[in-house]
Amino acid sequence: MEKELPLWEVFIRSRQGLDHKHVGSLHAADAQMAIENARDVYTRRQEGVSIWVVESVHITASDPADSDPLFEPAKDKAYRHPTFYQLPEGIKHI
Amino acid sequence: MTFYDYIIRLADNNLILGHRLSEWCGHGPFLEQDMAMTNISLDLIGQARSMYALAAEVNSKGESEDDIAFLRLEHEYQNLLLVEQPNGDFAHTVLRQLFFASFQLPLYQAMLLKLNGLTDEHFVTLRGVLEKAVMEVTYHKRWSSEWVIRLGDGTAESHSRMVTAVNELYRYYGEAFISDAVDDAAVSEGYGVRPEELKAEADQYIDDIFRQANLNIPVDTYMQRGGKQGVHSEYMGYLLSELQYMQRAYPNASW
Repeated sequence: MEKELPLWEVFIRSRQGLDHKHVGSLHAADAQMAIENARDVYTRRQEGVSIWVVESVHITASDPADSDPLFEPAKDKAYRHPTFYQLPEGIKHI
Repeated sequence: MTFYDYIIRLADNNLILGHRLSEWCGHGPFLEQDMAMTNISLDLIGQARSMYALAAEVNSKGESEDDIAFLRLEHEYQNLLLVEQPNGDFAHTVLRQLFFASFQLPLYQAMLLKLNGLTDEHFVTLRGVLEKAVMEVTYHKRWSSEWVIRLGDGTAESHSRMVTAVNELYRYYGEAFISDAVDDAAVSEGYGVRPEELKAEADQYIDDIFRQANLNIPVDTYMQRGGKQGVHSEYMGYLLSELQYMQRAYPNASW
């Protein structure tokens, strides 16, 4: 192919799953072809019951170079985890 | 033996077209379509397997499903001429698939209606096979339709390739809808479908797809025939020599 088709990201919801998970990417000319290609490439082994596709250019990603300012400050804030609470007796579903 | 002959035809179409599509494996225009074609190939070979297994059960000669699939002579295969035609370029392949699926889907649906009333265990087995196959073929039809429209209504080059494919393959479209003695016998035995009855639906579908694809149906085409009776085109011998190679070189080889 001289001109590559646009890249799409594929999200599949499995039979048990409640959320669509990113499974990979593929090439397709438009959304419909992307859905069908995703069916052929990513659901051959009964991986899913629902497919989402989004053209990769529409995804804005964080810059790896920014990861220190973005993520480092959370490292020493263990108090943000809800592990310091005493659970009263008899509380369920937590 | 009518039932045997009737399902052998269905199975041969699937095996030969499945084999043709398998030739694309590793050679598709891009990865996604390489996989789409091999998926379809596996669907068809799976249908063929179930049908050959059923045929092996009903015939009295003690042949296995592998014997039937791999060890017959060319004139004993009863597939349509359409399905043995070479892959050509991608336009030829998707058009061949469109023509075949437009026949196969209504055929299976009509057969299911007939089989619904029959209780013999072989008919019940065949019904199970066809129920699953209908879902597969529905997708084959959709996949091939979209590609024919996309290429026919695409760039100047894709359009001209589609036109070439139509001019070369349309002559093989009609054979599927011509009945013969086996069809007549199967109809009278209750499970067969007269292929002429499927033609209007298929023609209308092709017409609709061609209109969206900016393609014209060639006029005054003489429809080639013979495959259903075992008289094949020049390509069939080459196809079988590859298909049968392993069983002939290593008799009784199995997984």
